[in-house]
Amino acid sequence: MKIDKEKFSAWLNTDPDRLSGMEEMAEIPYPPRERIKEKRHELEERIDAQPVGQISFLSRKFWHRLYTVFAVICCAVMTVVLLSTVAALPRFGEARDAINELTERYIVSGLKETGAVNIVAGIILDYRAFDTLGESFVLFCALNCVLILLRIDGDEDASHHELYFNLAHDDILRKSALFSIPIVFVYGIYVLLNGHLSPGGGFSGGAVIGAGIILLSIAYGERASGALISEKVFKTVCFCALAFYGVAKSYSFFTGANHLESIIKPGTPGEILSGGLILPLNIAVGMVVSCTIYGMYRMFKKGRF
Amino acid sequence: MQGLLNNFDEAAAVILFCIGFSTLLFHRNMLKKIIGLNIMDTGLYLFLASMGYIRGAGAPILTDTEVINMADYINPVPSALVLTGIVVSVSVTAITLSLTVRLYSKYRTLNLDEIYAIARRTEKEEF
Repeated sequence: MKIDKEKFSAWLNTDPDRLSGMEEMAEIPYPPRERIKEKRHELEERIDAQPVGQISFLSRKFWHRLYTVFAVICCAVMTVVLLSTVAALPRFGEARDAINELTERYIVSGLKETGAVNIVAGIILDYRAFDTLGESFVLFCALNCVLILLRIDGDEDASHHELYFNLAHDDILRKSALFSIPIVFVYGIYVLLNGHLSPGGGFSGGAVIGAGIILLSIAYGERASGALISEKVFKTVCFCALAFYGVAKSYSFFTGANHLESIIKPGTPGEILSGGLILPLNIAVGMVVSCTIYGMYRMFKKGRF
Repeated sequence: MQGLLNNFDEAAAVILFCIGFSTLLFHRNMLKKIIGLNIMDTGLYLFLASMGYIRGAGAPILTDTEVINMADYINPVPSALVLTGIVVSVSVTAITLSLTVRLYSKYRTLNLDEIYAIARRTEKEEF
């Protein structure tokens, strides 16, 4: 590929002319802000001209001042109360007394009961697995809210979403993305699969993979990322992952809650195929998170998949 | 004062929280309010993480699977709570940002006072 030297030097010198083409693109199909401001000023003048309005004008200023005073008092009181609470806390780093039987149980018998070397993963995906299922649903519900609010239907005008600066044909970004995208994906999958052995897990690994898909979509256009995640794939993956999580965890609680033996054995600690259900649950959570992050990006960028 | 110096980590977290709270109260711009909310979240995570820390102890990832020594590991419960907080804050940020996008596309401004003024005017004109 021919390297555009002129473009590269302009990029190196951070030439502001690089963005000169944006002005004609950024024409807004809405009424300009100045006109709305003008109308508002007209309205305020009309209100102030009337005798009844004068009182409301004064009270408006009065309420604004009252709000400021109360806000300052609120912030000051809150800061003082919180700082005095902090000053009464035990010394930083010496909270050994705070370790109660719950923490002791988690650390001492967490490995035996969950099979996870990473105790935090054992807590969030075994002892408190329903909490994590709820978290996944919170994320999924947030994505649904974003979809309801920002989605553009077929007959609606989507032209204003095309106005933003498009980086899909930028050589520098394409070349660097070519090197970094595989590394990002491999790192995300590593973090996802080693959640029960090392720091990481479904949420962080899924976020890294989602960021990789977003980078792919910025550098190579939406057709490249659309080949990876289309709307249909997105729906299927989200539903299957959440349904698998729900079924697997209710099964686990059904067989193992009252100290009954779980059919899935924890396995040898430290191996990749250990920890019982933690690894598949991590994969399910990671799928939901990466799909959600990419879906949110698409909604904010374009309004449709 | 000595107590604050002893707990400098928690004090910093609380100050961060209060900075976020005052941003939420004093700014009229919706985007700055959302940024303030996120600063508050960050302060909370720092507070939780520093509450679980024990001097000289390592991360709660077992290095020796045979002999488990309690003194070697920090408290894992706050770490698990921070994860919940991060997920919820991401969701809340996404919802508030998309609501702000809708508000901006209707009123063409992010200032809360202007939005109130325009909304009141259109209400008067309608009735």
